[in-house]
Amino acid sequence: MAMEMRLPVPRKPVSESLGRETKKHLVVPGDTITTDTGFMRGHGTYMGEEKLIASVAGPVERVNKLICVKALKTRYNGEVGDIVVGRITEVQQKRWKVETNSRLDSVLLLSSMNLPGGELLGQGVLVQVPPSLVKRQKTHFHDLPCGASVILGNNGFIWIYPTPEHKEEDAGGFIANLEPVSLADREVISRLRNCIVSLVTQRMLLYDTSILYCYEASLPHQIKDILKPEVMEEIVMETRQRLLEQEG
Amino acid sequence: MASVALSEAEKVYIVHGVQEDLRVDGRGCEDYRCVEVETDVVSNTSGSARVKLGHTDILVGVKAEMGTPKLEKPNEGYLEFFVDCSANATPEFEGRGGDDLGTEIANTLYRIFNNKSSVDLKSLCISPREHCWILYVDVLLLECGGNLFDAISIAVKAALFNTRIPKVRVLEDEEGSKDIELSDDPYDCIRLSVENVPCIVTLCKIGYRHVVDATLQEEACSLASLLVSVTSKGVVTCMRKVGKGSLDPESIFEMMEGSSARLAAPLGHFPAAPYQLVTD
Repeated sequence: MAMEMRLPVPRKPVSESLGRETKKHLVVPGDTITTDTGFMRGHGTYMGEEKLIASVAGPVERVNKLICVKALKTRYNGEVGDIVVGRITEVQQKRWKVETNSRLDSVLLLSSMNLPGGELLGQGVLVQVPPSLVKRQKTHFHDLPCGASVILGNNGFIWIYPTPEHKEEDAGGFIANLEPVSLADREVISRLRNCIVSLVTQRMLLYDTSILYCYEASLPHQIKDILKPEVMEEIVMETRQRLLEQEG
Repeated sequence: MASVALSEAEKVYIVHGVQEDLRVDGRGCEDYRCVEVETDVVSNTSGSARVKLGHTDILVGVKAEMGTPKLEKPNEGYLEFFVDCSANATPEFEGRGGDDLGTEIANTLYRIFNNKSSVDLKSLCISPREHCWILYVDVLLLECGGNLFDAISIAVKAALFNTRIPKVRVLEDEEGSKDIELSDDPYDCIRLSVENVPCIVTLCKIGYRHVVDATLQEEACSLASLLVSVTSKGVVTCMRKVGKGSLDPESIFEMMEGSSARLAAPLGHFPAAPYQLVTD
């Protein structure tokens, strides 16, 4: 058994470790973005005293004549077709209130429970991450080859669960499978959870490939060591390099 | 205590994991999360410390003020504890919501320090029956991520270690009235010995086993916990049971013998060398 104590260390800025040439222009609310009035105002900006001022904190994005600031940490804004994972907080007469990390609680009508695509989840682990770090993809349900499955909700709720062996058709009603999950599966799930937390701490985009590479990079370490800052940095650097190699 | 809502299936997953000594974040039942300790963070206090244990963030400030000793203990100074559960920690603490938890923690702190050896109170006495140092220890909960008592006790110990009490001289003039003179040099001060200051180890019972350093989710699955306050020499100063569930006497003995004895040494050796990895 071990107990580790350490002094706090300042975090290294991400661009240093990457060696990127272009530094992103970061702003905080109230910062002037530009005094040039020829630009169109996008999200996260407003016009004041003849200059463009940022209203949220984040990097400035420019597309031709449109300037906008992409906020680093926001609540989830829903879009049609998004997959979300939510927690049911309240049961009312004909509907359920669901917490989805957005500005208001979501509502789930009982009638829509039987439509395809909506289902209650059994045993597993929920990880909450900022919604902006979940990459938009064609499918959000991933059965990872390491032995667990993952649902990447667009709202930042990520559900990790053991891959079900066979898909059963439940005649009616939901009965959670409460049998104990095997130790091997648990190790995979815990490792995945720690990998996702490390990726989030280093602000990397989350999608099936990045999670998988991070999992593979973490295999030489013990599961509980992944959360140590040095080990976290090392794993995420390796993941980043593999992803860059894969791109081009 | 702040709580999270968990589904039955999630709770079952956590409980089964604990029985097999593999918690959700990969730790064993007797592993702590990484602790970050920083002292001397608040400038206008006599001593301060900030402790981060996972998502739990505690700030402690100690102020030394002169006052009159208590009637029953005229040769000693004393400590006063105050715990503020700020609404920053969790929305449940808004308004007066955090007061109950704050009083509970403060009372526990009084109990663990209520013995002769934790802090040398006689060194806080300036002149018997007239003047003594009173140490006001203020604890501020910045963020609540489970395992509050352990983090608070570590922070209090670190803050007391960091406390600098100015040296005073008592001058008596011909009429017999006493004058207290503070030394001009700000570095001329006495430090407290925190060797015997105890640290709290919280053991949460989950299923048939117990875990140390429970996260909020694990606390939601546990019906009973045992708080043991131990010094570095393994001396238990106080023990308290919290929670609605029951603890069987044999398991209490096992929890105390095993975990607290093993954790006394690592917890006790800090803050002499704050950066060290200790294993048994």
